[in-house]
Amino acid sequence: MPRELPYIVAINEAIHLEMARDEDVLYFGQNMATTENEDFVKAFGKDRVRVTPISETAEIGLAVGAALAGKRPVVELYMAEFMLVAMDQVTNEGNRFRAMSGGQVTVPLVLKAGYGFAAGWAGQHTGVLTNLFMGVPGLKVAVPSTAADAKGLMATAIRDDNPVVYLHHYLLTLEHGDVPEGEHLVPFGEAAIRRSGGDVTIVATGWMVDRSLAAADTLAGEGIKAEIIDPRTVAPLDTKTILESVERTGRLVLVDQAPRHAAAATVIAGEVAEHGFSSLKAPIVQVTGRDATVPYSEPLEAYVIPDEERIAGAVRRVLGTSPVAA
Amino acid sequence: MNEVQGRDVLDTMWRIRHFEERVGRLKRADEVHGLIHSSLGQEGVAAGVCRQLRDDDAVYSGHRAHGHAIAKGAPMDRVMAELMGRDDGLCHGLGGSMHLVDVEHGLMGATGVVGGNVPIALGSALAAQLRGDDAVAVVFFGDGAVQAGHFNETINLATLWGSPLILVCENNGFAEFTLRSAHTVVERVSDVVAPYGLTRETIDGNDVLAVWDAFGRFLEAARRGAGPLLLECLTHRLSGHYEGDPAKYREAIAQDEWQQVDPILRLQRHGIGAGWFGSDEAAAIEAGAVAQVEAAVAFARESPWPDEALIAEMVYAGAVDA
Repeated sequence: MPRELPYIVAINEAIHLEMARDEDVLYFGQNMATTENEDFVKAFGKDRVRVTPISETAEIGLAVGAALAGKRPVVELYMAEFMLVAMDQVTNEGNRFRAMSGGQVTVPLVLKAGYGFAAGWAGQHTGVLTNLFMGVPGLKVAVPSTAADAKGLMATAIRDDNPVVYLHHYLLTLEHGDVPEGEHLVPFGEAAIRRSGGDVTIVATGWMVDRSLAAADTLAGEGIKAEIIDPRTVAPLDTKTILESVERTGRLVLVDQAPRHAAAATVIAGEVAEHGFSSLKAPIVQVTGRDATVPYSEPLEAYVIPDEERIAGAVRRVLGTSPVAA
Repeated sequence: MNEVQGRDVLDTMWRIRHFEERVGRLKRADEVHGLIHSSLGQEGVAAGVCRQLRDDDAVYSGHRAHGHAIAKGAPMDRVMAELMGRDDGLCHGLGGSMHLVDVEHGLMGATGVVGGNVPIALGSALAAQLRGDDAVAVVFFGDGAVQAGHFNETINLATLWGSPLILVCENNGFAEFTLRSAHTVVERVSDVVAPYGLTRETIDGNDVLAVWDAFGRFLEAARRGAGPLLLECLTHRLSGHYEGDPAKYREAIAQDEWQQVDPILRLQRHGIGAGWFGSDEAAAIEAGAVAQVEAAVAFARESPWPDEALIAEMVYAGAVDA
């Protein structure tokens, strides 16, 4: 039975259910004994719910080692940027063990972190690092945009035998949505079509899905029907659903909060240009964050992040500049 | 160390010595194509530590891993095949010299990043703690790793949690190409960790009897739940940083001086003196090691190249879903 839950509660429900289901699931984090996490400590004890010092490298490294030894750790990292402190462990150790061992070992590990805040948190607490991780062999990257997916992708992440970077969007934290009760798994590598339409394909992740939906509402008033695709995981990336949509619509707008030259959008654009070129009736347009550190000042912060107007403008552009007769 | 252990350790050290020398020749002949870091001269630490461990004890190594792998029980022919990039290598040729893994024998991983495995080993130790058994995790690292932040982070956590982690520092005096004195003012690694209060000791790592004795005590303590321990073994790297390194930054050790400190010759002299074996037997152990290394080379040369299909299979565990 679906019921309305906030996105953040849906995530915690998934972790709770998986910890109850499998005693090998551990939960590590730097503030795990605080009030907000007390439920976990009470339910599963301090052996499985471990407070760590501010030592990201050791924290993620020991999670890798515990995973190699058969545990399934979830590491609570709070901010995606904190993974940068431990880049060796995230992008050069845990993710490579399976390949370097010739398949002898697996590393079932979840690195959970929030990202994308646009609330004056400034340069080091706002980053969208999706593309940084999606290009790393061996890592899977989940970016839920709804409360239901937040639960389903987390449960799948914990059961997956690979290291998963699970990035939840801070601006969605309190957004409510229908969330199925009990076991709910969302498969990796399967995009969701959030809105159907035949005029243009919009691909977006996380909070950008909401902004694209808002833009699509505006465009609908102008008689433009936008199809919105949410890949849900960018590694593995469901290019099939995107290509099929582009085949129907002939037009593609990519919306990504990350800086333009570090965006998943860029990778998707390359795939569609290579494999879907003949379907395109207009050039692909990318609406991304600007190649800049997110500023503190409110109007400047708004300037660097895509909004409904930029998305709608991009859609009008691809519809109005068709180089080939439809 | 008793007579049986003495023979086993001598055999292990000779196998490592001849393996490393043979790999050096294969590298110069271009039969081994990758980046190779030899553990020539450091055999006493690998053998004195690993020959006391069980298959369910996890060992992690760094980029100088051949000796640890052989001493932990990895079949030499498969180690050699790995170094030659063949399909019968421990890791099907995907890991190579710096990434030897042999799960069956508890060699859980070796990393090319100095000290990168230190926190990972803590994870294995924690898993043993949670399982409630008496297995331990051992991590080898050089003195160069001690200046990295993750080393201190790991010591802090391991002591906080009392994890069964044995840290074995092979202090050969060089961090890659640079003398220890250029990296730190702290003379001993065991001094660096002093404030954490863990059991620690600095010993002559070229004296395999001392390694055996100290590590044996540490191992027993760790199995009893004494928490993390650190053993610093002062040793000597006979080769440069990597195979082919002209090592102009260091002075060559005189041959007669090396004869006195060579861990293998020292154990050999001790074993003969103690009546564990005669000099003929010791020579036979060495000859056996040479023959096994040659057999490993022949095995590796016969092994096929790995299939290209392996690449896609190895990226993710489970089905490749996109």
